[in-house]
Amino acid sequence: MQALYAQLLVGLINGSFYALLSLGLAVIFGMLNIINFAHGALYMMGAFVAYFLLNVMGIGYWPALIIAPIAVGIFGMILERTMLQWLAGLDHLYGLLLTFGLALIIQGVFQNYFGSSGLPYAIPDYPKIGEFHGLQGGMNLGFMFLPIYRGWVVIFSLIVCLGTWYLIERTRLGAYLRAATENPALVRAFGINVPRMITLTYGLGVGLAALAGVLSAPINQVRPLMGENVIIVVFAVVVIGGMGSIMGSIVTGFALGVIEGLTKYFYPEASNTVVFVLMVLVLLVKPTGLTGRAA
Amino acid sequence: MKTKNKIVTALLLGTALSLASAGFAAAQDKTVKIGALSDQSGLYADLGGPGSTLAAQMAVEDSGLIAKGWKIDIISGDHQNKPDIGTAIARQWFDVDKVDAIVDVPNSGVALAVNNVIKEKNGVYINSGAATSDLTNAQCSPNTVHWTYDTYMLAHTTGQALVKAGGDSWFFLTADYAFGAALERDTTAVILANGGKIVGGVKHPLNTSDFSSFLLQAQSSKAKIIGLANAGGDTTNAIKQAAEFGIVKGGQKLAALLLFLTDVKAIGLETAQGLNFTETFYWDLNDQTRAFSKKFAARMKNSAPPTMVQAGVYSGLLHYFKALDALGGNPHDGVKVVEKMKSMPTEDPLFGKGEIQPNGRTIHSAYLFEVKKPSESKGPWDFYKLIGTVSGDQAFTPLAESKCAMLKK
Repeated sequence: MQALYAQLLVGLINGSFYALLSLGLAVIFGMLNIINFAHGALYMMGAFVAYFLLNVMGIGYWPALIIAPIAVGIFGMILERTMLQWLAGLDHLYGLLLTFGLALIIQGVFQNYFGSSGLPYAIPDYPKIGEFHGLQGGMNLGFMFLPIYRGWVVIFSLIVCLGTWYLIERTRLGAYLRAATENPALVRAFGINVPRMITLTYGLGVGLAALAGVLSAPINQVRPLMGENVIIVVFAVVVIGGMGSIMGSIVTGFALGVIEGLTKYFYPEASNTVVFVLMVLVLLVKPTGLTGRAA
Repeated sequence: MKTKNKIVTALLLGTALSLASAGFAAAQDKTVKIGALSDQSGLYADLGGPGSTLAAQMAVEDSGLIAKGWKIDIISGDHQNKPDIGTAIARQWFDVDKVDAIVDVPNSGVALAVNNVIKEKNGVYINSGAATSDLTNAQCSPNTVHWTYDTYMLAHTTGQALVKAGGDSWFFLTADYAFGAALERDTTAVILANGGKIVGGVKHPLNTSDFSSFLLQAQSSKAKIIGLANAGGDTTNAIKQAAEFGIVKGGQKLAALLLFLTDVKAIGLETAQGLNFTETFYWDLNDQTRAFSKKFAARMKNSAPPTMVQAGVYSGLLHYFKALDALGGNPHDGVKVVEKMKSMPTEDPLFGKGEIQPNGRTIHSAYLFEVKKPSESKGPWDFYKLIGTVSGDQAFTPLAESKCAMLKK
């Protein structure tokens, strides 16, 4: 039983990454109608920016948590301005192909310079408060030894996810955004700069991916292909949760992390496939996803 | 009349010419084409991949055959760790590109599949990248030479040393494909033979990024040793995350049964220090390995010195070229060339003296290393401390134990 608690907690940790990434995808899809295949590459860029900040400029983890998402977010906004905006109104397939191509290019460039094995990025060891050295070390919870950093990941991503949900579903800015997706012409008539809002939204989604990248840098290594593996799972999460649903993607992200964790315990060989089996089942029963709206 | 004579002369001349050129071809065909088949972009790309192609190129340059009028081409392919892609490339190379030899081929699953194609096409297979000892045992082939290392060697060096040092209960984290299975099998045999026991194990999918669930299971098994029967990115992730979960601090020891130079770089000395493992080549072994590695690193994009897999590609090919030189030309007959390779003792700057056994296994020394502490490391790739040398006949499968069918003639 103790082992089971531990597996549930470990599942939640992975679920945090799924939730952060699928949330960004959902925001982008919901507002821009673009299936952002470059999400994994941008997640990887977030981790690399953190790595450069530390090793080139000596800027540590905490500032990187803010700087990296902004830097990658700006990169994303440039992509949106220069390329993605021309695809507005076209079939989803065009956006998918464009972002997929971008992902291959970005990953290829990083791989060319950094190879395929990872670069180490240490867990932050500051600030030092009492016996705690930043987020290093761990706590004995009785049923398991929980690395403090992983606990931090769960709490922090939960806050970010709920904050994003609040921003989009409960604030005036969010209302504008949602309205702009429904009927851009009408919103423009009220004097709101819709294209700029779309660009900022894409930047926000991309920034979430980069944030997940920084969070994962100390756990997984900083690798050019780190996004490639995770993005497939995240797409399955989005499909299960329902395309474009903010809360749906958050809940599904965490839930699938837990389900995957349990699979690793009961039948490890299937842990890479369980998410896709679930996806198939959900698509058969409810093609719009668990919380999705019919298109 | 005159015209008729002319025709006869022309015919005779033509026949003579074609006879001459046919004879020329048989005696002195000095063209060779080599295919470097590897994982060019995945989790094994840094330990083989583009570096192995470079090593092959350097072997051509250092063989001295170009000066003797040989024409040697090297092509490379990406098998993406998929056996079907690997065999498709190998078939195309033999059928269309007329490749003579295939080198490198990390990933035991792909390596075994390609082994069959090469035997069928009568090519030459100098494998340096794959670990499975089956290549020279149950699945041995007259076309295959297995260089560098194998699972038997890893089990009988690292595995044996750990059991003898008191690590008598093991829990395995095993990559779920041919390589992991072979390494677990060979190591288990050694553990049981030395009085140890296996308390459990998990098979994880290849290319896993999160090991925490598996590590928790290993932790609760209370085994003294957690044996990592995996490689490349899987091993580095497992080791890093084990440190995070306080496994080593809790008194359990990690056995990295297969660890490459690039893996240690990825883990970082802070976490990797103290790990014991075995390799058959390290860039800083002696003056010759240092000289080669310096030349190699200067041509690598990330200035990395060669791993043992890449070094094995180099010295395996050097030996292949020696055999071709001794034959006086390329017979384009894989079995014949491999027989010649087996008949000559191996000697090169990287692996020293050795031999190729009748089952295709190359025998050379193996070295037990320990990862240095960060304070002991003097340079960007100064990672290993030599703690012991195992002679080739001690490290590799004795012929009497080999299950190779070719030995039972």
